[in-house]
Amino acid sequence: MAEPLLELRDVHVRYGVIEAVRGISLTVAEGEVVTLIGGNGAGKTTTLRAISMVHGPSQGQIFFRGEEITSLRSDQVVARGIIQVPEGRHIFPNMSVAENLSMGAFQRRKAPRKEISEEIDRVFTLFPILKERSKQAGGTLSGGEQQMLAIGRALMAKPKLLMLDEPSMGLAPQVVETVFEVIHTINSEGIPVLLIEQNAQMALNSARRGYVIETGEIVLEDEAKTLLGNERVRKAYLGEE
Amino acid sequence: MDCNPGLIGPALITGLILGSLYALIALGYTMVYGVLKLINFAHDAVFAFGAVSTWYILGQVFGLVGPQSGLTLVIVLLAFLMIGGLASGGVAVGLERVAYRPLRKRHAARLSYLISAIGASFFATYMLQQDFLPFMLGPGPRQYPNVIEAGAAGFSFSLMNVRVTGPRLLVVVAAFVCFFILDRLINKTSTGRSIRALSEDPVAAQLMGVNVDRVIVTTFFVGGFFGGVAGALYGTLFGSIAWNLGFIPGIKAFTAAVLGGIGNIRGAMLGGLLLGLIENGSTICIGPEWKNVIAFTMLPLVLIFRPTGIMGERIGG
Repeated sequence: MAEPLLELRDVHVRYGVIEAVRGISLTVAEGEVVTLIGGNGAGKTTTLRAISMVHGPSQGQIFFRGEEITSLRSDQVVARGIIQVPEGRHIFPNMSVAENLSMGAFQRRKAPRKEISEEIDRVFTLFPILKERSKQAGGTLSGGEQQMLAIGRALMAKPKLLMLDEPSMGLAPQVVETVFEVIHTINSEGIPVLLIEQNAQMALNSARRGYVIETGEIVLEDEAKTLLGNERVRKAYLGEE
Repeated sequence: MDCNPGLIGPALITGLILGSLYALIALGYTMVYGVLKLINFAHDAVFAFGAVSTWYILGQVFGLVGPQSGLTLVIVLLAFLMIGGLASGGVAVGLERVAYRPLRKRHAARLSYLISAIGASFFATYMLQQDFLPFMLGPGPRQYPNVIEAGAAGFSFSLMNVRVTGPRLLVVVAAFVCFFILDRLINKTSTGRSIRALSEDPVAAQLMGVNVDRVIVTTFFVGGFFGGVAGALYGTLFGSIAWNLGFIPGIKAFTAAVLGGIGNIRGAMLGGLLLGLIENGSTICIGPEWKNVIAFTMLPLVLIFRPTGIMGERIGG
């Protein structure tokens, strides 16, 4: 197998005395959609925050394109092209939709204006509703619109790896479908995706490989199709008896 | 209580002048609160350094005394405001480095910041009372370089039966120029955008690639800079300074920031002007000895009846 794009080696994350992630190892290769599924408090969000260096690992190593990024700052991780759409969307509530999008391109602020506005147009093609709302404050959007804005904002950074944390949470089924369609589109353009979900059905249907995380540890890893057929997964995450 | 309508003019004008100063100082409190959600109680000392640095560099080192005129005056005034601003900006950045960043890196509780800030403020203020270094003021008041003629010979005009002198006019004009510049900086530049982002959602700001430490330093510097400009204006307005000059204007500016909505930059400008007008407006009907009582009564009133201040807590326009 070729060298993975992203590799976590025995990553631990602590919050004070609590160890929320206890030795996770995973990889994402070029072009893949990989999903990390698990219940509430299993350590999924903590894992993503560690990769983004919002709250870095206490132990273990993270590599991106062969370079160790474990001791970088969050802005340096973003500069490498690792872009996260956080859980709960984290839209800037008082900034307009357009301003939120340009915050996504914050590290490209020296890029020509034309390039940025082309990028914004691309996001508007993916999510036409955002164009209608472009002057509106981010905080006034509906949950679904905010999720679209959060994804659009991440795309403005030209990600080399896109990480999505619970993009379907709290959204109406139709909106969830739109969001997953867009994830497909993004991936078909060659952007690898690391997807965190509680909606295991949707996640495993769109991913190539999956990891199952429980209480801070990986308990299963396999092809997504295989996981869909796995009895333990079916019982615990697909709501089957 | 008997009101004297003849005092309306003077109260309005004095209110506007002092209010402009409060507003300039309030910007520092509000900006730091915006990004760190902490009240920088050492900002009164930061403000004081704007007056002290200009007194020392321009008055003591360059020996500027007596009124200047024409182009020289313009250059000298710009030098005053820039030096005051840069010195205070530098002090604010140094303060962040020694009093706040170590706490931030240890994820300290909010109360620790407050205590650290008050400690830093007292430290800096009482250092100014010493006299073992040339820039320290010592125990007594010091004469501030009077580069604008404020006496009968100088420029002045009469407005609502009040004589508006050069220094008084300067305070208001300089303050409004500062408001304009800062408003543009916050709402139109990428630096301003990063400050607003950090203020609105620190996690999202990090995920957008904002360098948090750098933005915090920038915020302290910009807030300190305008506090320093206010310090230089204070010296020019009153003609003399003392080691504890920061104390009363500092807490009034803090009150102004709360009144306008702490964390909100336009709120700080509005709150400063309003506080100046309210405390001086009170002298129309009650004795001037009540001014500070009236001003500080605003603090509990706002916190009880409108805790987010007039304009709310958002930082941008």
